[in-house]
Amino acid sequence: MRQELNYLKETPSQTAGPYVHIGLAPGAAGFDIYQQELGWDIAGPNAKGERIRVEGCVIDGMGSPIKDVLLEAWQANANGIYAHPEHEGEVEEGFRGWGRVITDFDTGEWGFDTVKPGPVKTPDGKVMAPHISLWIVARGINVGLQTRLYFEDETEANAADAVLNLVEWERRRQTLIARKSERDGKPVYRFDIKLQGQDETVFFDI
Amino acid sequence: MKAGPLYQRDREWHPPALTPDYKTSVSRSPQYSMISLESSVSEITGPVFGHNDIDPLDKDLLSNYAKSGESPIGERIILHGRVLDENAKPVPNTLVEIWQANAGGRYRHKKDTYLAPIDPNFGGCGRTLSDENGYYHFRTVKPGAYPWRNWVNNWRPAHIHMSIFGTAFAQRLITQCYFEGDPLIDKCPIVKSIPDPQAIEQLIARLDLNATIPLDTIAYKFDIVVRGRRSTLFENRPEGN
Repeated sequence: MRQELNYLKETPSQTAGPYVHIGLAPGAAGFDIYQQELGWDIAGPNAKGERIRVEGCVIDGMGSPIKDVLLEAWQANANGIYAHPEHEGEVEEGFRGWGRVITDFDTGEWGFDTVKPGPVKTPDGKVMAPHISLWIVARGINVGLQTRLYFEDETEANAADAVLNLVEWERRRQTLIARKSERDGKPVYRFDIKLQGQDETVFFDI
Repeated sequence: MKAGPLYQRDREWHPPALTPDYKTSVSRSPQYSMISLESSVSEITGPVFGHNDIDPLDKDLLSNYAKSGESPIGERIILHGRVLDENAKPVPNTLVEIWQANAGGRYRHKKDTYLAPIDPNFGGCGRTLSDENGYYHFRTVKPGAYPWRNWVNNWRPAHIHMSIFGTAFAQRLITQCYFEGDPLIDKCPIVKSIPDPQAIEQLIARLDLNATIPLDTIAYKFDIVVRGRRSTLFENRPEGN
């Protein structure tokens, strides 16, 4: 008899379903239960760097915006440091680097305010272009989808980014790049996520 | 030894994106293959939560929305277990969040129009941090089954939605906990999005009489496993692994 490996199996994923908001963002869904809602402030008041807004829609295979999505963001601070003990360096007091938003029930638009992350230095000395990791769950999505948002105005860094360069089809790399505009003097990055079909967003198995 | 990259996710164990019997997945599943990434610092780090983030009462759904002196209607249950990784190592201080319907299968959500009534003393969401040994527990009512528009006559088995963080953003997981013996489990297209029957078993909480409080609250045990990480056996490799 061969020996057993004795690893546990990861708990299988299931869809977040249509009512994910009551569990993970009750306040945003108009349900007042917790003293403190988590994830509405990614960067905190003390974060240095450029204040930006990120917004978009998640679009299904029919071209319609999905109105029951929950998105989470994970990013480094303006110096490229994650608020986590395994990444060396300091972050500002109150900088968590994690956020959670839901789409508007009527329009499907989502958005969050944060600071633009800096390029991330990996422990082996490589540099990744500034990016925000995104995780998308909703009814009809069996396993949360992982993608990355890069910034249009980081042309040089994006061209050298190892992850973007893993995407063999140059045309598909564009689906990971948020488009910059300005509103009331503040930079706004538009990032529409297409789940399926033409110009489908690149998703990662990480 | 330092913890290194995450073990790859077993995509044959998880449900695939496209599972046509669960109709909504048809237009919400990517058609192209995912691009595989080796773990970088962006994936092995993730948000850290502390006791200041939540209220200790958040884990008690019998009282966190009940009027003073009142209680929700339904079967009083304890849902408890451990958060472990694939190496069977406890995951301490990790955020576990749950949400569910009330005993009649109705959610406190404006989009839920099922005719079963709202319970005025039941909100249906809770959250807690696992302790230093990875243990977590909630007190709630057992949710009821409810109908949904998929086929003409589909009913979800009783379930509690669960969200787990682990320590890395790549461990992020949402799942559903079902209850031992529920005959609807075998008939549900969402459950059956999971191809491997053994994987489905992993989502079924067991009745746990040892944790039951006599004459008070019955208990179910549900362990959660997040992805494990390789140990750094060879330190001289440039990536540290």
